[in-house]
Amino acid sequence: MNAVAESRLKRPGSLEKNPRLSQWVRLHRDGTVSIYSGKVEIGQGILTALAQIAAEELGLALGRIRMVAADTSMSPDEGVTSGSLSIQDSGAALRRACAQARALLLERAASRLGAALGALRVEDGSVHAAGRSTSFWECADDALFDCDVDEAVAMRLPRDHRIVGKAAQRSDLPDKIAGRPRFIQDMALPRMLYGRVVRPSHGFAGLVSLDESKVKSMQGLTAVVREGGFVGVLAEREDTAVFALQALRRAASWSNGDSLPQDIHAWLREHAVEHRVISEKEDAAAQSRAARTLEAVYSKPYISHASIGPSCAIAQFEGDKLTVWSHSQGIFNLRRDLAIVLGMHEEAIVVRHVEGAGCYGHNGADDVALDAALLARAARGRAVQVQWMRDDEFAWAPCGPAMAFTLHAALDSQGDIVDWQHELWSNGHSSRPGRSENPALLAAWHLEKPFQRPSAINMPLPAGAADRNAIPIYDFPSQRVVNHYVREMPVRTSALRSLGAYANVFAIESFMDELAQAAEIDPIAFRLRHLKDPRGRAVVDAAARRAEWSRWKPAEGRGHGIGFARYKNLGAYCAAVAEVEVGHEVRVNRLVLAVDVGLIINPDGVINQIEGGAIQSTSWTLKEQVKLGARGIASLGWEDYPILKFSEVPAVEVELIDRPELPAVGAGEAAQGPTGAAIANAVANALGLRVRGLPLTSERIIAAIERQ
Amino acid sequence: MRFSSDCPIFASVGEQFRLIVNGASSEIEASADTPLLYALRNDLALKGTRFGCGNGQCGACIVLIDGHPTPACDTPLWSVVGKSITTVEGLATGGRLHPLQNAFLAEQAAQCGYCTSGILISAAALLAKNPRPTESEVRAALDRNLCRCGSHNRMVRAVLRAASDRAP
Repeated sequence: MNAVAESRLKRPGSLEKNPRLSQWVRLHRDGTVSIYSGKVEIGQGILTALAQIAAEELGLALGRIRMVAADTSMSPDEGVTSGSLSIQDSGAALRRACAQARALLLERAASRLGAALGALRVEDGSVHAAGRSTSFWECADDALFDCDVDEAVAMRLPRDHRIVGKAAQRSDLPDKIAGRPRFIQDMALPRMLYGRVVRPSHGFAGLVSLDESKVKSMQGLTAVVREGGFVGVLAEREDTAVFALQALRRAASWSNGDSLPQDIHAWLREHAVEHRVISEKEDAAAQSRAARTLEAVYSKPYISHASIGPSCAIAQFEGDKLTVWSHSQGIFNLRRDLAIVLGMHEEAIVVRHVEGAGCYGHNGADDVALDAALLARAARGRAVQVQWMRDDEFAWAPCGPAMAFTLHAALDSQGDIVDWQHELWSNGHSSRPGRSENPALLAAWHLEKPFQRPSAINMPLPAGAADRNAIPIYDFPSQRVVNHYVREMPVRTSALRSLGAYANVFAIESFMDELAQAAEIDPIAFRLRHLKDPRGRAVVDAAARRAEWSRWKPAEGRGHGIGFARYKNLGAYCAAVAEVEVGHEVRVNRLVLAVDVGLIINPDGVINQIEGGAIQSTSWTLKEQVKLGARGIASLGWEDYPILKFSEVPAVEVELIDRPELPAVGAGEAAQGPTGAAIANAVANALGLRVRGLPLTSERIIAAIERQ
Repeated sequence: MRFSSDCPIFASVGEQFRLIVNGASSEIEASADTPLLYALRNDLALKGTRFGCGNGQCGACIVLIDGHPTPACDTPLWSVVGKSITTVEGLATGGRLHPLQNAFLAEQAAQCGYCTSGILISAAALLAKNPRPTESEVRAALDRNLCRCGSHNRMVRAVLRAASDRAP
């Protein structure tokens, strides 16, 4: 790690909020170590990477590390597992905590053995000196770690790493591949009841009527729970709960909510309430060299999380204490909002993390936890498990926001960009729990005394949200970037993997290609002449080399394209080259990605995240858009929301550039923007015309051909 | 929301069904219209078969019924009486993982793992029929299974690895 770069930070990572060593690490007599992290496994392999960091600094075998699932009663509060920050937040904290734990253990071992520190021989927790021996497990006690983590503690040098930087098998996969219970959906507590919540597929103002007689005679139905517009069922058997749900959906009548705009991008442009200039620099001399200007309009639709496993939670009251098991990304924030809705003290609620299906942002996990808690109030102390149905998830989980863009640039006679303007229109990209006086939990807005639905907000730059990656990484003499914020939300929006970065990078990188074409310069050469950042240049070069960019042979219906970004302009660098074939539909044949995440903790973990991110982005880019009906979301099943299938998945090659001397950053959101842009550019290269609205479906391509 | 018009709301509860799952026979008391999925997960505690969509479109709940890969979420109990059902828990034999499971571990062929069980079953059905499939045959055989994390290529490599490991 780069000691100079890191020492500028006051308290690294999550140590700022959780400074005590005892919050992070505990040794056990049986030779294992419990590591407490507030970050959670959401399918990204983070617990394995954090265990590698802990084992490395403690100098122990990886197999001795037990990652304790996050739990509000005993884990450090590390906020939300999001933003590709777990390696920075939790990893940086654990690295220091474990380095210090080892130093303290060695000091104590030395004094026990009556030997100098330098005389100790240490192997996997066993300590020997002068013919005597002890172990970390004998030396550890609660008092030893009852101190603040010393942020200046000496850590292992990258050249001495034995575990960090080497591929490690994911610790959770043996269970998942053997089919053993592992997910919250698989948990079964004694005498647990099954719950389902009855909601219409559209936004609604309230419940008009509900004919409960349809289910009254159902054997095994424990309760129909009604609180205002919140309706749920409890049953002894899960199939009974589902049958009752289906019956009550037909027996309920709901008042209509607001109607939805049909041209969402035009609507966004008309409804912005804040117009923030987020970057502005002017060079009149450069602007005066403008020889020609270009302008283009891009768009991205609402995108669904579309996890394969619908959200699930378990809740149980014991007296006035509530325990909730949840796959939330932010268990402390969830607890805070649950306390508001339920009128409880936070201390009376424990939220325990249990793994769920793949999570790509703020999905229904938190909402279903409130559903389970509300139903548990009627369960007389029995645990209640609620899993959303597929259409619940599509209709009610927040979507990744639709976005609209206008880009404008000027080229001089040499083909250099002398002026750049980027405007974007979007709802906020976060309406997560724990951030507002109004709880961000779905059922809260439908109760007898409803809470007000909070609007999605944007986190500030430099990470940003709607404007994430809106400021170009290229070096332009003049530029202006404006974020037009739309508060009113026709569709509930929140964080979806990479937030605004995916579409900002799609727009910027599409426009860079349009400008390169206007300047009659190769797209890669064009980027490099505007890009000074050496790490950025290195990934662009590496992707171009690996894809043999310069040896591409043009052919009818085939194209190649490049996309590049540094995630958040602060995180991982990624360049993608796409090779496509355009017939009736677009087919991506090959993706080549080059990535720089600084110090690599688990190379295979990084590759897996980049591959997965690239394939998911291919799906978004080619196929995905949430369809809107007059009253609500019309994509309620896989037939209305197709995603990429096995036979449509491209070959993906990933090249890692290791920078062991630089801080480690996350990989989970690096590939989305560059991949989408590379595909769009490859399609334009194949067709000789540009499709500027996502997704790149055959309808849009035909429309673009007809416009030409 | 869509509902099937013949939704079995008042199906009688309490009928007895004998199921043969992973070679073992068990008696289950449930409605005839109960989807096999819930019987496997809740009555037999075989949680490896997972709910994804409820109408056979995602493949997370695929099991073998007399050797045919079939979604358990829209297969009613009455239709599987006397048939041989294999779930992901039945792939291992004598405490040893199925070659596909070993290959999935070797290739680290998963991210979240929620779709994995259904994909293992689809792949097992393919290899039973076609022990040396080509890559495109593997992809075609897995097209009924959705994966959202983007682990497709790893899983395809794992199936090909399992096929070549088993070949003489």
